[in-house]
Amino acid sequence: MTGHSADLTRRSAAELAALVASGDVSAVEIVGAHLDRITEVDGDVHAFLHVDTDGALASARAVDVARASGQDLGVLAGVPLALKDVMTMAGVPTTCGSRILEGWRPAYDSTVTRRLKDAGVVVLGKTNMDEFAMGSSTEHSAYGPTHNPWDLERIPGGSGGGSAAAVAAHEAPMAIGTDTGGSIRQPAAVTGTVGVKPTYGGVSRYGLVALASSLDQAGPCARSVLDAALLHSVIAGHDPLDSTSIDAPVPDVVAAAGRQDISGMRIGVVRELTGEGYQAGVQQRFDEAVTTLVGLGADVVDVSCPHFPYALAAYYLILPSEASSNLAKFDGMRFGLRVGDDGNASVEQVMSMTRATGFGDEVVRRIMLGTYALSAGYYDAFYGQAQKVRTLIARDFEAAFGVCDVLVSPTAPTTAFRLGEKLDDPLAMYLNDIATIPANLAGTPAMSIPIGLAPEDGLPVGLQIMAPAMADDRLYNVGAALEAALLAQWGAPLLDGAPALGGAAA
Amino acid sequence: MTTRTVEEVVPYDDVVLRYDPVLGLEVHVELGTATKMFCACPTVFGAPPNSQTCPTCLGLPGSLPVLNGVAVESAIKIGLALNCTIATWCQFARKNYFYPDMPKNFQTSQYAEPICVDGFLEIQVETDEGLKPFRIEIERAHMEEDTGKSTHQGGSTGRIHGADYSLVDYNRAGIPLIEIVTKPIEGTGRDAPEVARAYVTALRDLLRALGVSDVKMEQGSLRCDANVSLRSSPDAPLGTRTETKNVNSLRSVEHAVRYEMTRQAARLNVGERIVQETRHWHEDTGVTTSGRSKEEAEDYRYFPEPDLPPIAPAARWVEELRAGLPELPAARRTRLMQEWGVNDFEMQSMANAGALELIESTVGAGATPSGARKWWMGELARVANDRDAELGDLPITPAEVARVESLVAEGALNDKLARQVIDGVLGGEGDPDSVVAARGLAVVSDDTSLLAAIDDAIAADPDTAEKVRGGKQAAAGALIGAVMKATRGQADAARVRELLMSRLS
Amino acid sequence: MPSITRDEVAHLAQLARLDLADDALDHHAAQLQVIVNSVATVAEVAAEDVPPMNHPVPLVNVFRDDVVGPSLSVAASLGSAPAVEDERFRVPRILDEE
Repeated sequence: MTGHSADLTRRSAAELAALVASGDVSAVEIVGAHLDRITEVDGDVHAFLHVDTDGALASARAVDVARASGQDLGVLAGVPLALKDVMTMAGVPTTCGSRILEGWRPAYDSTVTRRLKDAGVVVLGKTNMDEFAMGSSTEHSAYGPTHNPWDLERIPGGSGGGSAAAVAAHEAPMAIGTDTGGSIRQPAAVTGTVGVKPTYGGVSRYGLVALASSLDQAGPCARSVLDAALLHSVIAGHDPLDSTSIDAPVPDVVAAAGRQDISGMRIGVVRELTGEGYQAGVQQRFDEAVTTLVGLGADVVDVSCPHFPYALAAYYLILPSEASSNLAKFDGMRFGLRVGDDGNASVEQVMSMTRATGFGDEVVRRIMLGTYALSAGYYDAFYGQAQKVRTLIARDFEAAFGVCDVLVSPTAPTTAFRLGEKLDDPLAMYLNDIATIPANLAGTPAMSIPIGLAPEDGLPVGLQIMAPAMADDRLYNVGAALEAALLAQWGAPLLDGAPALGGAAA
Repeated sequence: MTTRTVEEVVPYDDVVLRYDPVLGLEVHVELGTATKMFCACPTVFGAPPNSQTCPTCLGLPGSLPVLNGVAVESAIKIGLALNCTIATWCQFARKNYFYPDMPKNFQTSQYAEPICVDGFLEIQVETDEGLKPFRIEIERAHMEEDTGKSTHQGGSTGRIHGADYSLVDYNRAGIPLIEIVTKPIEGTGRDAPEVARAYVTALRDLLRALGVSDVKMEQGSLRCDANVSLRSSPDAPLGTRTETKNVNSLRSVEHAVRYEMTRQAARLNVGERIVQETRHWHEDTGVTTSGRSKEEAEDYRYFPEPDLPPIAPAARWVEELRAGLPELPAARRTRLMQEWGVNDFEMQSMANAGALELIESTVGAGATPSGARKWWMGELARVANDRDAELGDLPITPAEVARVESLVAEGALNDKLARQVIDGVLGGEGDPDSVVAARGLAVVSDDTSLLAAIDDAIAADPDTAEKVRGGKQAAAGALIGAVMKATRGQADAARVRELLMSRLS
Repeated sequence: MPSITRDEVAHLAQLARLDLADDALDHHAAQLQVIVNSVATVAEVAAEDVPPMNHPVPLVNVFRDDVVGPSLSVAASLGSAPAVEDERFRVPRILDEE
């Protein structure tokens, strides 16, 4: 591998786009460099479930042809991207990390996929994830876990560990993830990358295989706030195929990422999302980052969101309930795995065997939990009550945003834990999402940016920024400002300090 | 547990002596929209299997629903026509259960917040004691989606039992349905079967008048599930009900209700309890058989549909729809009764004969109401009956009937000749005037030919002529008859009488 | 606090069409119990007069015109089916009346 190629995988998406647009480097060369990188390191990282080499090269070629003929290119034309395997892509295997969809090639693109293709983005392949996005470590993938590029013995976060790891390992400059309870943000935090959950309804869910319909959102994963903003601007916007998508202009997140002035901005630290339960090093880096924000001219206030301690419980009632219904379609009748159809078994038996075989433990667990929470006699106390708590959490946000412009917290309570450490304790696993879940419940946008390494283990720590609904631009404004200040403090991007992978020199 | 044994029944009269029936009727209407409820697939009946499907109506991963605005409009119109309150806010809910004809294994329907509630329909029921008015209270009408269609292979009868496997076509999956549910229908007594039939008939006519569906029971665009229970008296608590499906015609509605009453009574009479279950009506054998047991009422785990925002119809929109409703059958009925001077019973007879529109059109073409009624309910009804056809299928138009009637009114034809003209039109000989010309059926009304025939008749029967001269007017009938015969019925009978009397005076 | 028995789990598995092995039922019962105990804490919140939040974004009346759009081809519709016959999805025998 040439030094030039290695350089290309170290570039930001914005830089790569500029290189393509100017004609300095071809899209084919860029995708080739990343395919080489994948070959080199993905045996260890296992970020990808499927690499679409032919498709990627064809897309790259098309971009080069378009550029050569003088056509206008999109802002990210020719830039490679990794797509979480929960988004459909026509003709390409989409497994959602599950055996029940092994080999399934959808006949249709998700709207996000279509927008990426239309923008000339080069989709490298599909990334690993917890099965049907249920998890915080990517250990629940039916195809084996993804490994954190910072320490291959550790989890990359979940459910979108593959997308975050691909970006952190320089296998792709950017990725698409989906976030239902933190599945973009928490992996971003533990891999030292940037991840954003847009306002609910900001990005189309058509073709996003549903986990919890009222919580799911697709969003950008990248190594810089600007890159995330560029990607956000490509995928966001109203979609007539998604009745829950917002019919309003996308906030100008790219401009916001460029505007790094946050003087006078009121930043609220959520009392319920710090302190006890948060790893010491995580809390320390968070406090330091808050100090940095003050140094940038922001006003920091302490706010209380008194119902946030109930967010986890409400979430683990609402999500399984919606998921149990969303996953009912996986029954072996119309697509996917079918087990036990020997000509004698009844349809009920075949459905039951198919699902028991095709779904992993965590999925089975949550389906039953959701079935229980919706059952006659339990609905009011469980699902019904959870939806009311949800309203109270949304009101907490509203009240908080009445006195601040954004809220901040650590993204996750700990740094990356070891593979296998929390597998036998579902509740302990669920606690990883304690800080990210409130924003999903309220439908408000949130971002995680890397703010350093925890002193005790040298692993990445993320800070979460939360903004009111439709104010996604504020995330990018504050995030870019903090990022720039930290970069100045560190002298080099955090990821430069990650261990080398594969055989290449860093 | 399913059973194919035919159960005991009790004579109907005994049933109504001992028990008070309570009914609940659920009618599903397939809307005649161009596209499905939640996707833009076409809804054409009879298309090649799975040719009108997409990720959404196939329930493929990642698909999402988008609501058909015309379906909402139709739902509101139906609610208004049924005197319902239209919800100011409602939403969809998921009804969760597994079945191969349901692509998502949940049906997107409405549960706690339906779009229409608390209405009624006034109907007229034909009973042994004549026409009785009845008011059916409507609990609700709500929107939902239809399922796919499965055919069962391998068994001998094409039915589910004994089938080895099934084949599913999802063309029908996702077609908009409106479900209309009555409140418990009490106080029908022995007329329960007739009430049920009259209600479904009236509902069908209402929906047709609204233009929201082609309401063809035989094609499945109108379906009825009949819930029946018996109790010892109107004051007793409600008995256990059964739900009977596969009721595919108006006649089946009546027969299925009657059968279920006799079947349940037979069990109750010997102290057996009624199993709460879904039963299947067989029109050929006239019985219901046991189907899916509902002993444990299925837990559908309803929850609000997160993929669809709520619906809050603006008051102004609802009022616009209300103002735009066509004349509904009840209002039309009242208007026609007034215009035609007929009573309830006569009205119902015309409705039953399927003659209302035909008569109305005939009046529109210039006939008098009584003239139009006379032909359609008399001669033409008899012909239709003989041919085992519907009135509307006869090869004669309202305009043609009106023409015949006007020829009679102006004296060009008498009744007997008119029947021959009608005969000719039905036989394809042409329009009334052509038939009159071709067959030479004009009334003879010139006095000269009439007088000639009269004189012949007098000469042939001098005794009768003498009696008439003597003052016995009634005897003239024989002479008039002879003249009519001589003129092959084409003489104007009244004129013949006049001329005859003056001849013999 | 409702207790999740093995029978309850068997019932849930049946409702959700999951053919679980016998030994899995006890295992799931134990785990579900722990989780249910934890999430049941939502009951501590006083919320009688609070409306439920079924949709995070306050949209209403999202309608589509009744205009025909493209469908999948028959081949594409059936393309991923485990079993096809006569252009229909072939499914195992259904036990009871529809």
